[in-house]
Amino acid sequence: MDFLKILNLLEERDPEMSDRLNTRRQALKDFANLGKKLSMAAVPVAMGSMFQKAYGQSTATVVDVLNYALTLEYLEYRFYEKALASTGLIPTGAPNGAITTIMNHEKAHVDFLKQAITSAGGTPVAEPTFDFSGGQGTGNGPFASAFSNYQLFLAVAQALEDTGVRAYKGQAGNLVKQNAVLTAALNIHSVEARHASHIRQMRKANGASVKPWITGKESGIDNSVVQAIYNGEENTTQGEVNITSLGSISANVASEAFDEPLTKEQVLAVATLFLAS
Amino acid sequence: MNIMKNTPSLFGGHPELVKSVHRRSFLKWAGGTAAVTTLVLTGCKEDETTPVVGEVNLGTGDFAVLNYAYALEQLEAAFYTRVIESQFSGITADEIALLTDIRDHEVAHREFFKAALGSNAIGGLDVDFSSINFGSRESVLNTAKTFEDLGVAAYNGAGRFITSPDYLTLAGKIVSVEARHAAYIRDLLSNGTFADNTVVDSNGLEMSKDPAAVLQAAAPFIKNTINASALA
Repeated sequence: MDFLKILNLLEERDPEMSDRLNTRRQALKDFANLGKKLSMAAVPVAMGSMFQKAYGQSTATVVDVLNYALTLEYLEYRFYEKALASTGLIPTGAPNGAITTIMNHEKAHVDFLKQAITSAGGTPVAEPTFDFSGGQGTGNGPFASAFSNYQLFLAVAQALEDTGVRAYKGQAGNLVKQNAVLTAALNIHSVEARHASHIRQMRKANGASVKPWITGKESGIDNSVVQAIYNGEENTTQGEVNITSLGSISANVASEAFDEPLTKEQVLAVATLFLAS
Repeated sequence: MNIMKNTPSLFGGHPELVKSVHRRSFLKWAGGTAAVTTLVLTGCKEDETTPVVGEVNLGTGDFAVLNYAYALEQLEAAFYTRVIESQFSGITADEIALLTDIRDHEVAHREFFKAALGSNAIGGLDVDFSSINFGSRESVLNTAKTFEDLGVAAYNGAGRFITSPDYLTLAGKIVSVEARHAAYIRDLLSNGTFADNTVVDSNGLEMSKDPAAVLQAAAPFIKNTINASALA
């Protein structure tokens, strides 16, 4: 395959391409960077990423991603804020300390994202009005007693944290050329995963049958709404690789070892239940 | 492509001429004309390399990031394999179960990278666990904490070097599991430290580390010298 010829052809058909590619020299440099060991199977992926520089993400898309993240962070922050304000819900000591730590992180994420959106030239979304019962504004959703029932509170917290992890993961590919935003998003993503792990340990200490990681698509929560958040986590094939075929790795281990992303549409389908307006 | 392999033919045996030139700026320079770039692309020959003894070169491009992850997963898998083989005194049944899970996850990660990289994979690393007392809960869990926090910081810090959205998502699938491990291990050592201010900053962001800092922290546990010059 003659890549120089392909680039020339593309340039003839789309003269503005080189401007978007920065310069053709840059494109060639990028291609040189790919390395001589590149297998042919990897070439389309490599070519795709190179041309994404020319036809890639606009600032508008980045702001969209950040506003989407901001909406979810508002949801988490206000959920924990309300829980901590609910007298007698969270035991004093370690549980109260942990939830306070998590709430403070979610609030910091809200502030950070608002600032990031503004500096990217965008406008932060207005904070939604939430219905934490999951009833879309009726107040009578399946989690209506989450602020008086500690077990249910922890279950919703787990669902929200695991959703957050999947939501950020689902946006990583959209930020592949936005290094600063990508790194920030990754640095929030792993903090959400730390939260999820701890909440799961809190649930386990209260008798729930869960581990810090997700086994198959088990939520450990008996609720069909919540199940949508876990569907797909049972995946055992990564890239082209069937993990269970690599020695003696069970399907449970293969699913636990990799967390799965959710698309924006999948996340919003769940998050909408918590929106009152 | 290891551009340095190319230098003897391009610079007539004056490797010191390019030694001081950073690889990236050299590539920019070499890319000055299409003709030179083509020469660089076609001029690479495997047998021009004089490997440094014990050195592991991660390679370039996305493969360098995948090999970087593969190196860290090798380290973690080897560590937890030892942890389960020679359990520390006072270990509980619950700890055995979950530390075995972690071992299995790290082995799955290691084997995944090995399979995905195929002929581009680095070889097996020689680990050095002589500083770890595997009989001591304190020693084992503190080492585990170091490895897990380092793994999370490493994946987060290396994301920007990945050009393929698919590889980036794959790294994301693994790093959150490492973060779940890190939080669990930290809580075993001291409940409530799952995301304390030694790993999370005032913006609520994980403090990621660049590859140079990660490899420096991992160096006492790895006998090989790792060349990660593509990740700078």
